[in-house]
Amino acid sequence: MTEALSFELSRPAVDPPRLPEADVSGPNPADVLPRDALRSRPPSLPRLSEPEIMRHYSRLASLNYSISENFYPLGSCTMKYNPVVNEAAAALPGFAGLHPYQDEDSVQGALELMWRLEQALCAVVGVDRVTLQPAAGAHGEWTALRMIAAFHNSRKENRTEVLVPDSAHGTNPASAALSGFHVVEVRSGPDGRISLADLESKLSPRTAALMLTNPNTLGLFEREILDIAEMVHATGAMLYYDGANLNAFMGICRPGDMGFDAVHMNLHKTFTTPHGGGGPGAGPVGVKSELAPFLPSPTVERSNGHLVLDHKRPQSIGRVRSFYGNFGMLVRAYTYILAMGGDGLSQASQDAVLSANYLRKLVETDLEMPHEGPCMHEFVASAHNLHDDGVRALDVAKALLDRNFYAPTVYFPLVVPEAIMVEPTETESRATLDSFAQAIKEIVAQAKTDPQGLRDEPKNLPVGRLDEVAAARRINAYLQGQSDDPVLRWKAPSEGPS
Amino acid sequence: MPYLVHSPEDRAAMLETIGVRSMDDLLVDIPQSLRLDGLQLPDGLSELETMAQVSALAGRNRVYPDRLTFRGGGVYRRFIPAAVAAVTSKPEFYTAYTPYQAEASQGTLQAIFEYQSLIAELTALDVSNASLYDGATAVAEAAMMAHVHTGRNEVIVSGYVHPEYVQVLKAFGDGRGIKVRKDGEPNKKTAAVIFQQPDFLGLLVDPRAITTAAHDAGALAIACVDPISLAILAPPGEYGADIAVGEGQQLGLAPSFGGPHVGFIACKKDLVRKLPGRLVGIAHDARGRRGFVLALAAREQHIRREKATSNICTNHSLCALAAAVYLTYMGPYGLRQVAEVSFKRAHNLAERLAALPGWERAFPERQFVNEFPLRVPKAPAVLRKLSRKGILGGLEVGRWFRELKGVVTFTCTEVNDARALDELVEALRS
Amino acid sequence: MADRRYTRTHEWVTVDGKHATVGITDFAQSQLGDVVFLELPSAGRKLAARETFGVIESVKAASDLYAPVAGRITEVNEKLAAKPELINSDPYGEGWILKLELGGELPPDLMDEAEYKKVSGAAAS
Repeated sequence: MTEALSFELSRPAVDPPRLPEADVSGPNPADVLPRDALRSRPPSLPRLSEPEIMRHYSRLASLNYSISENFYPLGSCTMKYNPVVNEAAAALPGFAGLHPYQDEDSVQGALELMWRLEQALCAVVGVDRVTLQPAAGAHGEWTALRMIAAFHNSRKENRTEVLVPDSAHGTNPASAALSGFHVVEVRSGPDGRISLADLESKLSPRTAALMLTNPNTLGLFEREILDIAEMVHATGAMLYYDGANLNAFMGICRPGDMGFDAVHMNLHKTFTTPHGGGGPGAGPVGVKSELAPFLPSPTVERSNGHLVLDHKRPQSIGRVRSFYGNFGMLVRAYTYILAMGGDGLSQASQDAVLSANYLRKLVETDLEMPHEGPCMHEFVASAHNLHDDGVRALDVAKALLDRNFYAPTVYFPLVVPEAIMVEPTETESRATLDSFAQAIKEIVAQAKTDPQGLRDEPKNLPVGRLDEVAAARRINAYLQGQSDDPVLRWKAPSEGPS
Repeated sequence: MPYLVHSPEDRAAMLETIGVRSMDDLLVDIPQSLRLDGLQLPDGLSELETMAQVSALAGRNRVYPDRLTFRGGGVYRRFIPAAVAAVTSKPEFYTAYTPYQAEASQGTLQAIFEYQSLIAELTALDVSNASLYDGATAVAEAAMMAHVHTGRNEVIVSGYVHPEYVQVLKAFGDGRGIKVRKDGEPNKKTAAVIFQQPDFLGLLVDPRAITTAAHDAGALAIACVDPISLAILAPPGEYGADIAVGEGQQLGLAPSFGGPHVGFIACKKDLVRKLPGRLVGIAHDARGRRGFVLALAAREQHIRREKATSNICTNHSLCALAAAVYLTYMGPYGLRQVAEVSFKRAHNLAERLAALPGWERAFPERQFVNEFPLRVPKAPAVLRKLSRKGILGGLEVGRWFRELKGVVTFTCTEVNDARALDELVEALRS
Repeated sequence: MADRRYTRTHEWVTVDGKHATVGITDFAQSQLGDVVFLELPSAGRKLAARETFGVIESVKAASDLYAPVAGRITEVNEKLAAKPELINSDPYGEGWILKLELGGELPPDLMDEAEYKKVSGAAAS
């Protein structure tokens, strides 16, 4: 089943919605504005009645998998249950109705929430200050690197390189490059952890920072993290923590104690703000006191029991987003932290690690396990063992979709061929994990008997595998002026002469 | 504990299956010196207590009624149809992940495709992306596109562009080697001229003249526009701007102390390969059925890594969905009605406020849509007085622009009914 | 084409007097998968050996293209704009990318077929 586009459902005869009249005297735009300031014809927006609109979007909703209905074992993405009370909290008129330019006296509750959230995040990751401004994880990474650059500049040190492991998320090198750094890749060793020898050879007086996630993208804890921190600091560089995998060890250990100087967190992963089909998220950054002068402006400060926004910060890297960040997401994360408490967060991480190791055990003979366990909150398997049957990680992913599971992350990290990265999180029951493992076993068995069947998956979803290559070629043909079909948008059928 | 599903029995059984005795056996890789004994945070609360605490914080904020809010400056009160929240609160939308597996994400992908189409129609440009974080980062990303496209390192900010957008642009530019210049003529170093229509004060600029000057210097023209104004004002595509950006908060999103909102960006065809962020396109399956996929991903950071021209990973999908529902609900004539009612009321209000003793229009020679600047004697005291009467008055813009000390911008939309305008004027007269 | 030479970045070059033809190897196209787009320079541009001259994209990957030899571009394969799949179907024939007028000595590190097979074989495993 597919759904027509709103544009295709549109009927010109539909009345516009009933809206207020002006009820005051005043000019129409055409009365006072010069003609060339006016729009020449109305935009071709769809014209639909409210009942049709509601049905349209309800049908679209039914085409989605979501954490509310499906297990979502997407490695590195931490798809855990999104508590519904978070939504109720963010919708409170005392938050949702606040204008960002109200006087500080009238928003003390909002500033207090930001202050308390900052304190809580400091406690969880072991840093001194946190900025809540970045809108997403990648935005946080870049913000942290700008602070690190400002720190080195303030000491008149010309450090131009950022080291990034080969297993890192693509955002790491992109954020580093966009912060003005040259990216130097550090290799993983055979045990899946960063190679200290390679790191040693690449550290130099030019190094500004090493970006690391721990546990790394293979789900493995960097055992030698204290040595790594010492090596990095000995050269005068900073250690940056990519918080994608923070869910592994809340209450168990802290990046700040490991020697990380800057830490970004994804509130939409670890702290249950919903992913929303790809945002909005929030990517706060925590820093040790050395980096605090460089935090984006404004910060929230407490003075005599009164909370203020501090804009007068001469060493700040400036502003990275309008206003104060994705405030609605901050409300949700704070609500979650209150409900969970220190005890709940610690148990959440322990359960996440337990579930990952349990699921890993259940499928360890079905898929290849390129690295030795135990893992932390996720593990990376490989479908390389199905290669001879002509079955790839992608086929396994699509076959899982047909069994009502969302697919794990596939083909990442790049250092594992045919990677299947599984992160079950703490909010999936043992029964769910068991049934997922059973599905993997069935798929692996089917690879022997009916590999073509797997290559044809998914069969029971609104659409089968979509031909991305043909789509890309059509888009490029349009962009190069060889076709009129934009592919990237609906386009009104060309009109006759008017 | 809330939201956790394993019972102690489950945990014991799972450890047994794994073949270890305790959790500590799974955490062996963590050096002992790093291990914590819990967090320095209070224990968790029941939902009842949680909401009591959160509600108490919300209660310490003062919320002005929509109809008595006359402050804008980038965030506006607008009528939000109930349909918007009814759609965005569907868990199938708000608890879905970014749509990597297309076959299981057609709802999100099609909604984004419709959003892209709506924004492209509204701006009269060729292609819109799936959305960005906010208006400020949209301006900065557009400047980066121009920098990459032209190979030039300077952007000019023309006129009164939202000061926070310019601050974000500067912070982005610092890392990318882009210099930001305030006003002045574009020359052969100029990658783009950025202007806002209507500008931060609500006043109209001459977008055709700015665009022509930019193009004459070989630079791009970047128009930062108010999406609702585009129901009446010439859209960027009509006057030849290369990139249109803006803040989409007015399209169905609550003020929410400044976020989350949504940035939009649309451009001409020849710039699409430099467009940051997600793009959704049409594709077909083996049976010829139409579906939607993430397209042109080879531009993005997960493939290009350090060679990517943006590090943006996702978009503000749920906010883009809200904007799509809003624009679909309004349709071309509903949107026009909203814009015209706001226009009329704002002009009515401007005339009445400018007639107050000592008050006058700032820049009276310039036209506006639904936000306008006034010179107000003793502005802070006036705004405090309004606040005491439950009215959120205009915005003092002198805090950003020294030459505008004493200037206050007022905004007026369809939520400020005729009686609300009377109440404001009466409060000021008393 | 016995004297096709190869680079470590998986381009090939054949030389005929002062003229060279450049493409990407069969191994490279198989690693990239279905090619959907090439960003190529215009004729007339001068390239140094190992200089980046373009980008090749599939749906899942993007790769820079490097000049195997120095020279001035005399021709760009225009068919590739409409039919990038020629790179996949015929990488050493119809899928050629550039023709150059040589502008200097051939770099000494160009490989012959046997050497390249060793390099690409190692990359594939």
